[in-house]
Amino acid sequence: MTVWILLGAALAVAGVVVVALPFLREPEPTSDSLRLLGAEEQRRLEAVEARDRALAALKELEADHRAGRVSDDDYRAVVGILRRDAAEALRALDGLEGGSRRMGAKSG
Amino acid sequence: MADLGRAALLVTLGLTLYALIAGAAAAMSGRRRLALSARNALYGALASTAVAAAVLLAGFVRDDFSLTYVADHSSRDLPLQYKISAFWGGQEGSLLLWLLVLNAYAVLAVWFARRRARDLVVWVTPVLGAIGVAFAWLLVAVSSPFDTIAAPADGNGLNPSLQNPYMVIHPVFLYLGYVGLAVPFAFAMGALLSGRTDERWIVATRRWTIVAWTALGIGQLLGAHWAYQEVGWGGYYAWDPVENAALMPWLAATAYLHSVMIQEKRGMLRVWNVSLVSLGFCLSLFGTFLTRSGIVSSIHSFTQSAIGPWFLGFIVVAVVFAGAMIWLRLPRLRTTARLESLVSREASFLYNNLLLVALCLTILWGTAWPIVSEAVRGEAVVVGRPYFDFFLRIFGLPLLLLMGIGPLVAWRRASLRGLGRVFAWPAGIALATGVVLIALGAGSSVPGLIAYTFSAFVLGTIAVEFVRGTSARKALTGEGAATAFAQLVGRNRRRYGGYVVHAAVVLLAIGIAGSSAYDSVVEGRLARGDSLEVGGYALTYRDLTEREGPNATEIRAHLDVRRGDEQLGTITAGKNAYSVEQQVSNEVGIRSDRLTGEDLFVIAEQVNEDGTVFFRVFVKPLVNLIWLAGFVFVLGAVIALWPDAREERRLATRYAPIEGGDRRATT
Repeated sequence: MTVWILLGAALAVAGVVVVALPFLREPEPTSDSLRLLGAEEQRRLEAVEARDRALAALKELEADHRAGRVSDDDYRAVVGILRRDAAEALRALDGLEGGSRRMGAKSG
Repeated sequence: MADLGRAALLVTLGLTLYALIAGAAAAMSGRRRLALSARNALYGALASTAVAAAVLLAGFVRDDFSLTYVADHSSRDLPLQYKISAFWGGQEGSLLLWLLVLNAYAVLAVWFARRRARDLVVWVTPVLGAIGVAFAWLLVAVSSPFDTIAAPADGNGLNPSLQNPYMVIHPVFLYLGYVGLAVPFAFAMGALLSGRTDERWIVATRRWTIVAWTALGIGQLLGAHWAYQEVGWGGYYAWDPVENAALMPWLAATAYLHSVMIQEKRGMLRVWNVSLVSLGFCLSLFGTFLTRSGIVSSIHSFTQSAIGPWFLGFIVVAVVFAGAMIWLRLPRLRTTARLESLVSREASFLYNNLLLVALCLTILWGTAWPIVSEAVRGEAVVVGRPYFDFFLRIFGLPLLLLMGIGPLVAWRRASLRGLGRVFAWPAGIALATGVVLIALGAGSSVPGLIAYTFSAFVLGTIAVEFVRGTSARKALTGEGAATAFAQLVGRNRRRYGGYVVHAAVVLLAIGIAGSSAYDSVVEGRLARGDSLEVGGYALTYRDLTEREGPNATEIRAHLDVRRGDEQLGTITAGKNAYSVEQQVSNEVGIRSDRLTGEDLFVIAEQVNEDGTVFFRVFVKPLVNLIWLAGFVFVLGAVIALWPDAREERRLATRYAPIEGGDRRATT
C-alpha cells in the first residue's frame, strides 16, 4: 500500500516538474511575450485566404468545365465573376503588402 | 493499487485545472512561458490518466475484487477479452475512458497546431483543460472507479449482452467519436476567444473532425450489428435513446462537414459553422449524459444518480458559454459574400444542412420529450418507432436525393439547361430502376420504392462523376485509364473520398429499405419434426441440445433449412443461461446469403420443458448491405483523410509568414 502511495506522490511531483519545465529551462528569458499576430498580420492573413479561395474557385470551375460538370453557358456566366473576385483579392493583398513595405521603408 | 489510481486521477484533476487557469491567464496576459507550462499540463494530464487507466485495467486482469468497480463488472471465469472490455462496461470506467481519449486528442491536436495556429492554441489549451476538469472532477469526487471493498471471493460478472466481441470495440469507437468532437469545439471557441476568426481553426481541425465523425459512424454500425446479433429481437436499430444519443452528434457533424466547405470555398456560413460545431459537441455531452445518468430509465433514477446533476450542469455551462461567445463575436463572423442563386452548389449544401439539422432536432425532441414530460407532468410517455420512422422518411429521402444533386451543381449559379445535361444519365438510370422495381413488385412499399429510385440516382451521379473526371484527365494528360483514375482520386481526395462515403450511405439506405420495408416474419411453436415456411424458406425443427460453455449453459435448437428442393444446411438458435450473472440471453441463428445480401434470422423465443420451442423467423432482404456499407464508409473516410503533400505545401506557403516567427513560443 505504501509503495502505491509513494508512486502516486512521485506522479504528482512529475506533474509539477512538467508544468515547471518552461520556467526551469529559461529562468531569465530575454522576452516572455507570446508572439501573436498583430492587426496588420491578421488582415494580411485574411487577404491571403481570400486570394486562395478566389484562385481555387477559378481552378475548380475550369476543372468542372473540362470534365463536363459545368455547361458552356454556366461557365461563361460564372467565370467573369470569379476572375473579378480573384483580381480584387489580389489587389487587396497587394495593397496590404505595399502598405507594409512603405511602412518598413519609412521606419528603415 | 487503488491508491495509485486515485492519486493519478487527482493529479489529472490538478493538471487540467492548471491548464484551464494558467492557460487562460497566459492567453490574456500574453506570457509565453506560462502558455507553454499550461500546454505541458495537458501532456502531463494524458500521462496521469493513462496511469489511472492502467491501474484499473490491471485490476480487471488480476481479478482484484477489492476494487468495487471490478467486483461489480467482472468475475473469475470471465474470458480475458471481456475482462478488458468490462473496463468500459459501467459508468466509472466509461468516464475514465472518456477522459483518457479526451486527453489524447487534446495533446495531439494542440501539438500539431502549435505553429500554424499558435494564437488560437493558447486559447484552445484552457478550453480543453476546462472539459478535462469536468470529467476529472466526476471521477475524483463523484463516481470513482477506485472505491474499495473487502474483496469478495468472486465478482458479480459482466452483463451477458456485453459478452460479445462487438462490445470489445463498439464503445471504444463511440467514445473516439463523441470525445473527438471536443477538438473542433475547442478550436472554434479558441478562435472566438482570441478573435482570430480566419480559417486556421478549420484547417487545424479538419482531420480531427473527420476522424471523430468516422469513428462515431463506425461505432454506430458496430452497435447496430451487435444489437442484430446479440439482443435478439430481429432488428438492428430501435430508436432507443442510447442509440439516438450517438446518432444526433453524428448528424450535426455531418452537417458541419458539408457546410464547412461553403466557408472554405465562399467564406460564407461562419456563424452557422461555429454553431454546428458547438451543437455537435453539446450533443456528444448530452449523449454521454443520456447513457450514464440513468435518466433514460426514469427521471427518478436521474435525480438519484450521483453524476446526473453534475453532467446536466456541465452541459448547461457548455451551451451558455458557446452561445455567449458566438453572440459576442458576431461582428467578426459576419461575411460580405451572399448566396447568389437558389440553384447552386452552396444552396444545395445549405438545403442538405437544413434537412440534417431538422432530422437531428426532431430526434432530439423525440428522445427528450419522455424525460421532459415525466419531469413537468409527472407522467412518462413513450415516443415510439412511428414518430422516428416518419421523420426519417420526411427528411431522409430528400437528403438522399440531394446527395446526388449537390456535388454536381456548379458553385455560384447553375442554369436549368446545364443541370438537365449533367443529370440526364443519372435521372435515366433512376427512372429505369423505378420502372423495373415496380414490375418486380417493389411498389408494395412506396417509401422503399422511392429510396431505391433515389439510391439509383445517387449511384448514377457517382459513377458519372468518376467516368467524367477520369476521361477529362485522360484527355488532358494522355495518361492511361487506370493511372488517370488513380491520379484523379489522389489529387482530389476529399472530393472523391466524399463520393465513396456517399456510395456507402446509399448502400446503407438500400439495406435499411430492403430489410425493413420488404421483410417477412413468421412465428410458431414447433415440436421436433414440425416445419414452418417463410419468404421461400422451409425450416424443420430437428433437435434440442444442451452443453456447458466457459461461463454459461448453452441450449440450442437445430433446424434444417430448405429452399425449394435445395437443402441449405442447419441453423441453430437458442439461449445462454449465465449462472454467475443470473441472466439468460437470446442467441439467434443467422444464415446469410452472400449473393443476394439476404438473411434468414431465427430467434428461439421460448424453450419449453416438453422440448417444444416457440420460434420467430425473419427473412431480411439486402440487410447485409448495411454491414458492407461500413467497409465502404471506412474506405471513403481513409481516402479523404489520407495526407496530401500538395495540399500541405499549399497551406505551408499560405501560413509561412506566421509559422516562421518565434519558434520558442511553439516548441
